[in-house]
Amino acid sequence: MSLTLQLKVNGKSVSAEVSPDTLLSTFLREHLRLTGTHIGCDTASCGACTVHVGGRAVKSCNVLAAQVQGLEITTIEGITPADGSLHPMQAAFKSCHGLQCGFCTPGMVMSAIDLVTHQPHATEDEIRAGLEGNFCRCTGYQNIVKAVAQGAKAMGR
Amino acid sequence: MNASRAAFIGRPVERKEDYRFLTGAGQYTDDISLPQQSYGYFLRSPHAHARIRAIDTAAARGAPGVLGVYTGKDVGGVGGLPCGWLIKSLDGSPMKEPKHPIIADDKVCHVGDQVALIVAGTLAEAKAAAALIDVDYEVLPAVIDTATAAKHKTAVHSIAPDNVCYTWGIGDKAATDAAMGKAAHVTRLSLVNNRLIPNAMEPRASNAQYSRADDSYTLYVTSQNPHVERLLMTAFVLGLPEHKVRVIAPDVGGGFGSKIYLYAEETALVWASKRVGRPIKWTAERSESFLTDAHGRDHVTTVELGLDKDGKFLALRVHTTANMGAYLSTFASCIPTILYATLLAGQYATPSIYCEVQAVFTNTAPVDAYRGAGRPEATYLLERIVELAARELKIDPAELRRRNFIRKFPYATPVGLTYDTGDYEATLKRALEIADVGGFAARKAASAKKGLLRGIGYSCYIEACGIAPSNIAGALGARAGLYEAAEVRVHPTGKVTVFTGSHSHGQGHETSFSQVVADRLGIPIEDVDIQHGDTGKVLFGMGTYGSRSLAVGGTAIVKALDKVVAKGKKIAAHLLEASDTDIEFSDGEFRVVGTDRKKAFAEIALTAYVPHNYPLDKLEPGLNENAFYDPVNFTFPAGSYVCEVEVDPATGAVRVDRFAASDDFGNVVNPMIVEGQVHGGLAQGIGQALLEGCVYNEDGQLVTGSFTDYAMPRADDLPHFQVETVKGTACTHNPLGVKGCGEAGAIGSPPAVINAIVDALAPLGVRDISMPATPYHVWQAIQAAKR
Repeated sequence: MSLTLQLKVNGKSVSAEVSPDTLLSTFLREHLRLTGTHIGCDTASCGACTVHVGGRAVKSCNVLAAQVQGLEITTIEGITPADGSLHPMQAAFKSCHGLQCGFCTPGMVMSAIDLVTHQPHATEDEIRAGLEGNFCRCTGYQNIVKAVAQGAKAMGR
Repeated sequence: MNASRAAFIGRPVERKEDYRFLTGAGQYTDDISLPQQSYGYFLRSPHAHARIRAIDTAAARGAPGVLGVYTGKDVGGVGGLPCGWLIKSLDGSPMKEPKHPIIADDKVCHVGDQVALIVAGTLAEAKAAAALIDVDYEVLPAVIDTATAAKHKTAVHSIAPDNVCYTWGIGDKAATDAAMGKAAHVTRLSLVNNRLIPNAMEPRASNAQYSRADDSYTLYVTSQNPHVERLLMTAFVLGLPEHKVRVIAPDVGGGFGSKIYLYAEETALVWASKRVGRPIKWTAERSESFLTDAHGRDHVTTVELGLDKDGKFLALRVHTTANMGAYLSTFASCIPTILYATLLAGQYATPSIYCEVQAVFTNTAPVDAYRGAGRPEATYLLERIVELAARELKIDPAELRRRNFIRKFPYATPVGLTYDTGDYEATLKRALEIADVGGFAARKAASAKKGLLRGIGYSCYIEACGIAPSNIAGALGARAGLYEAAEVRVHPTGKVTVFTGSHSHGQGHETSFSQVVADRLGIPIEDVDIQHGDTGKVLFGMGTYGSRSLAVGGTAIVKALDKVVAKGKKIAAHLLEASDTDIEFSDGEFRVVGTDRKKAFAEIALTAYVPHNYPLDKLEPGLNENAFYDPVNFTFPAGSYVCEVEVDPATGAVRVDRFAASDDFGNVVNPMIVEGQVHGGLAQGIGQALLEGCVYNEDGQLVTGSFTDYAMPRADDLPHFQVETVKGTACTHNPLGVKGCGEAGAIGSPPAVINAIVDALAPLGVRDISMPATPYHVWQAIQAAKR
């Protein structure tokens, strides 16, 4: 048994036959080969798989592809400008050294963009609280927090 | 240095690798799918200790999509996973080395031990088939507790009936006992270094492919050291020709030690890939990472520090029981010995030290190096006992440390190391300034007004990095050399590709190493590319661990660069019609000394590859040099950390309010990267102190088997760190003067945090807090002190 999925991913219409138990993360990674969305756990704890569904950050490993039927999905690939430049939040992570191994980074950037979109003037404590759903094992978060504040400023310009 | 203008070294150059990571273009092992890809799934033991009476795989073999089902019987002819370090007991007998099969044969020894490999066209099919396998287990009693394993009636392995792997010692026992007997004061402490689960954010993964066309294998794997992986797998386990196996560790999402080792899964995949005839991919689910990644720490220790009436340390005596887990992982045996007890002098001139270590087997996951690897355990006990002694003797803890600092270098410790250089007074002084220790009393009073107890704690750590001089390591039981290799390939246009045997899994080698190369050759940093992690490209390598990449791997690159420059001088001398010895090289130009006659680096490169006007009778064309570098000593990064906490006595909740770190890493190539490494280490160290603790129940079930049970530090668990790298003492024996910075934070921070909590609770009569200092532990300690 399969279902026909129709949705928009990174601005492009996508139609695919998938089995009903396909997770959104699996659909993105295996069917569309958008491997920037990473899988770090199986308990919706780590946030490496965070994408935007209808503009809000969602952990794609705990959503069935069927649940996002007809919706708009944006992944890390989708926020990256085609001209080789970076989204202001990506640029902030780079200049603040907000990443090391890079594995949590796409999910962290997607969460950060959602966070500052809704809280453009978030304080350090609010940023720390807002990133609670994303693990990073490398950076100790300090430079991520700095990057999110800097990215928020740049996005507001 | 050849280049007079150091354009890049010492600057916070933004990282070259970041664009691909930030845009989702990184290529991690699970991102790689090969034509005809199939998937592996491991059926794992639900029991900590059981005999396998029978396995019925018939139904699984016939299940849809299944390409192969393999059990211990099928891989019976294959060797066990080797341990790379032979430790001998005090009686001279070698450590006990039970076979570590790639798939369990007649018994399972920990929950998660692999019982069968199922390969199918899809992962779902492999999992469905695994559910059809019937294993008949005879459950045996499980040995779990580190402290009592040696007294347990059950043996994890028959070759170690008392569960003891080895009983090892270092130092002069008689002298230590005598000095302890003469001490005016002896401080005693029993402590546990809590077991940790590394949890790199990228789970372990592998993808193994066999090619019938040339009878070769390619393995993509999450490894910190692909050449070592290949050597161990081919020569010691599978008996395959080394040159027919290519191991690629592409982008790797964090390691922290857990990806150093040769694991059963990738070995079984390589073995099965020829039988299946299709590439097999396996990626650990997080629950598998918890169960099967090598864990860290897990020591039970008693320590005694003897002091004279002036607070001078006379003797240190330590007994540790260290948990090896169910099997010896690749470096397991050397962690609680060579990388632990040799660090027990710390920053202090203690004349007599003796340490005895009993390593035990238990029915738990194997234990091996985790960020710091032995050195955090040594630092923890030492900095706890020093601070406790200061409290007992009513001496300021910073002052007590100062009285005992080593001040003359080189300094030979009583436990086998020779520190080449250091300035412990400088890092302590700076840490106290950054921490604003002078303002502590006012902050304590302010906390008290809120009903909170404020405490301050210190830690002065040292670590041995730049692992390692091969001859010393060999004398201590290492079964391999520990040098590093590099190749500098100058292309005809003067662009440079460097191949390093180090591996970057977050450390930013592509940037730091490029800074070194660009400065040395006087060329733009964009003209340098760093390649690592592929046995098909890189000549050889020992990999990345023990904060060794820049000190050892970077030096190998410098040696290769020196050869490039030396050859370039000969070519330039020919073109400029001068003597070789009259050519100098700086700022990317070869010059005849004292003249304006010169040739740019790129011109020399082109000449080397288009040798029309070239001394072909004396010199080969081309500009490509290899070097191996074996260090003459370890490097000794050191520093001082100060932590301030607020404890709520009603709930036991601890908040780290301030954390100051002052480190001496010798010379620094990229201060931004170095600071980031310290941040990450601090997070893991504070995580160990406050949050993280691996718990098995008495049956050997992993209680902390998911992120909902094992408390990883989140952004809001950690303070804003005040980190400063002092203008340090340059390492005396490598040309870059660097020491290594990857583990310092994790080594130095746990005792600072616990000392601060004990300081906060001391007025209540609390003398000790066990890690992790969860609200429950702290509250219990407060209640116990009241009784």
